[in-house]
Amino acid sequence: MEKLIRFNLNGKETEITMDPTRSLLWVLRDQFGLTGTKYGCGIGVCGACTILLDKQAIRSCTYQVSDVMDRRVVTIEGLASNGELHPVQKAFMDKDALQCGYCTPGMIMNATGLLLSNPEPTRQEVIDAMEDNLCRCGAHIRIIEAIQSAGKEMKKVKQP
Amino acid sequence: MKKSNLNPKLATTKNRLDLKRRDFFTLLGGGIAVYLSSRNPTELLALPLVQRREVPKDFNAFLTIQEDGTVICHVGKIEMGQGPITSLPQQVADELDVHIDSIKMLMGDTALCSYDAGTWGSLTTREYSHYLRAACAEARAVLVQLAAEYLNIKASNTKVKDGVVFDATNPENRISYGWLTKGERIDRQMEEKPEPKDHTEFHYVGQSRLHADAKLKVTGQAVYTADVPMPGRVYAKVLRPPSHHVNLLSVDYSEAEKMDGIEVVRDGDLIAVLHELPERAEQALATIKAEYSEDENKVDHHSIFEHLLNGEGNTREREKEGDLEQGEELADIIVESEFHDGYKAHAPIEPHTAMALWDGEKVTVWASAQSPFGAQDQIAQELGMALENVRVISPFVGGGFGGKIYHPQALEVVKIAKLAQKPVLLAYTREEEFFMDFFRSAATIQIRSGITKEGLISMWDYKHYFMEARGSDTIYNVPNKLTTSFSAKRGSPVQPLPTGAWRAPGANSNTFARESHIDRMAAKAGMDPVEFRLRNLADEKMIAVIEALRDKFAYTPAIGPSGRGIGMACGTDAGTWVAVMIEVQVNTETGHVQPLRAVVSQDMGMCVNPQGSIIQAEGCVTMGMGYALSEDIEFKGGDVISSNFDNYQLPLFSWTPETIDTVILDRQDQPPQGGGEPAIICMGGALANAIFDACGARLYQMPMTPERVLAGIPKAD
Repeated sequence: MEKLIRFNLNGKETEITMDPTRSLLWVLRDQFGLTGTKYGCGIGVCGACTILLDKQAIRSCTYQVSDVMDRRVVTIEGLASNGELHPVQKAFMDKDALQCGYCTPGMIMNATGLLLSNPEPTRQEVIDAMEDNLCRCGAHIRIIEAIQSAGKEMKKVKQP
Repeated sequence: MKKSNLNPKLATTKNRLDLKRRDFFTLLGGGIAVYLSSRNPTELLALPLVQRREVPKDFNAFLTIQEDGTVICHVGKIEMGQGPITSLPQQVADELDVHIDSIKMLMGDTALCSYDAGTWGSLTTREYSHYLRAACAEARAVLVQLAAEYLNIKASNTKVKDGVVFDATNPENRISYGWLTKGERIDRQMEEKPEPKDHTEFHYVGQSRLHADAKLKVTGQAVYTADVPMPGRVYAKVLRPPSHHVNLLSVDYSEAEKMDGIEVVRDGDLIAVLHELPERAEQALATIKAEYSEDENKVDHHSIFEHLLNGEGNTREREKEGDLEQGEELADIIVESEFHDGYKAHAPIEPHTAMALWDGEKVTVWASAQSPFGAQDQIAQELGMALENVRVISPFVGGGFGGKIYHPQALEVVKIAKLAQKPVLLAYTREEEFFMDFFRSAATIQIRSGITKEGLISMWDYKHYFMEARGSDTIYNVPNKLTTSFSAKRGSPVQPLPTGAWRAPGANSNTFARESHIDRMAAKAGMDPVEFRLRNLADEKMIAVIEALRDKFAYTPAIGPSGRGIGMACGTDAGTWVAVMIEVQVNTETGHVQPLRAVVSQDMGMCVNPQGSIIQAEGCVTMGMGYALSEDIEFKGGDVISSNFDNYQLPLFSWTPETIDTVILDRQDQPPQGGGEPAIICMGGALANAIFDACGARLYQMPMTPERVLAGIPKAD
């Protein structure tokens, strides 16, 4: 049943032999210790487990680990480069766009996915892209602002 | 210490205080003489039980100053997003005269932190900070005394800056706190307790600061309970009944036991399957066959309001003034309303989670809990353990809102791990989180009131059924009034689902009812609703808050429904006077309500971190849209049908108003009040009134779904 899974994880070529049907979310958390990716609903509706798969924001709780074969995975831990925070991370800090912080990694990964394909989104485009990411504390208005301001900074740095 | 600053509820009687002081000295073998002993966390644990259940009086319990000048502030508060990790250091820095960057917060660990009952009720600033500030003020006075003795000058001739005490006339003659303490406890107390500083002396308090934990949170490094690394840990999945009202009759878990690597443990009705992989544990759980008794209770989310009206319980009359009949005679118009509000879930994005690690007789529990000390109490009591053998740690908590005051997961995981004899993680699934929640009460509220020809409220008769009384005060200036609370008899709950504290318990439903009714009265009296409120208020603070709200919003008077879609609500909560005004657009084809802009105005006394308070107000507006417009627990008997975010709708990004402006009245000279909850109480009423103003639909039930809005729009003749 076990299978060799080869993929790029946060910039590093990675191999792991395991049941290929295992949930990507739990593999990232338990096998790789990347606990920044959170469980929120288990059915892909809240966005707390969002990561980048080949630069697209996806919900890791709805993926199997075999789905990442030969592809590039970036989690919240892989977003900063050489100790320098990613512009989206900086913008969330500058705008104070978080409270409990539990949904924050998923928000940041989804926002990064949006900005990679659309660096200068309008307010409405930000809302459309973020619509299915849930935040219970109610940081929405600041998250929208942070994403718009991050877009302008993103062009200046190398992207994951 | 300023007596007036203390919440009288928490003031200890003098006798007890004296007794406790004596115990404390006896225990530590101390006296008045200055001596330094190693500060060992187990010293705190050795204190007698009764003493540990009050906020400690010894300032050493709150802070330790290391040789390098780092101030470790070890407090039992937890951080769940509302910002004590940011605002408490502001107060510590000001009272101690240290640089804010020298403060390290250590929170929510029953072994290392000073006792606190729990992080709830918007109490961290309005209540707890008095203790913390008093402790810091005393520590500063003692340190100055010690420094003066060392420098051989008078204490009155010293100055302190950034943790260094120096001779005011010769600044080169100096010594640091760190050198004096070297990380040890300070065994001197001030005979006469110094007063905490006056607001004019603050440097950090009153200044906006960004979230101190933001970097950890944006990088994924912030550790929540499920993220605590633990070698050999297994996941537990617990068998849940289909309803809150049924008993387990029989169970067969033989299939699960045959599965590779699966272990089943049982402690009475608590049955759990364990596996290193959560998916395997989940699969094994699904194979368990269990039979339960019938759920006799047939109440559901439709019949609940009638059920509450007919409930049997105790009746209590409050706020009784004047004579209702006389008030009715004075009235020109009588207005009657009945309001309904369904159950709401707390739905933090982090579900309840706990991990237990046993070591002989001792257990360490990591738990997403608003009350680590409460969890410690509960575990020790339930398992018959000595308190010092239970250590509870609340790492970062992913949202609480009152829901994590209850921590069944902590108790369950301790029992499971004891049987399994290995570290166990119990992380509720979202479905479990919905089932195991202690919901915000469903509510039925009736109001009958009278208005005179002059537009004055002459009579107010308010009845609320089997829900919390918070927020049921009249607040308006009414000569003839009565508030009647119906509450369940002990042991005979009327609410069919477990209920508990939900961000300003009771106040959301009560404020929705009162403020909707006030708007109805204004409309009947042919008056602008803001003007109607101001005419009927005597409370100067409330009036000032509403005037500031009106000015910030640039509100112009109009009789509702004006078609503009503007509504307001006001009230008091957690010591704060608060008002919210919101503008919405109502789609009369679909019933969809789109918030456009909101203004919050509040008098919260002294404000420690204005930015933090503003963020809380924004959070209240945003979270409040959910209970007002969409959130509703569907249930039948004890079966909770709402189970995940696909059938329980939280607020979405598209609902966010374009602007949320918050006005905080300058009251720095007043004692601080609550900031985490107040603004949310206004959201139901403000939105109901805005919807009415937009389209004439008066809604009497929350959530105000598109269907209900459509049904409420008056039909053209």
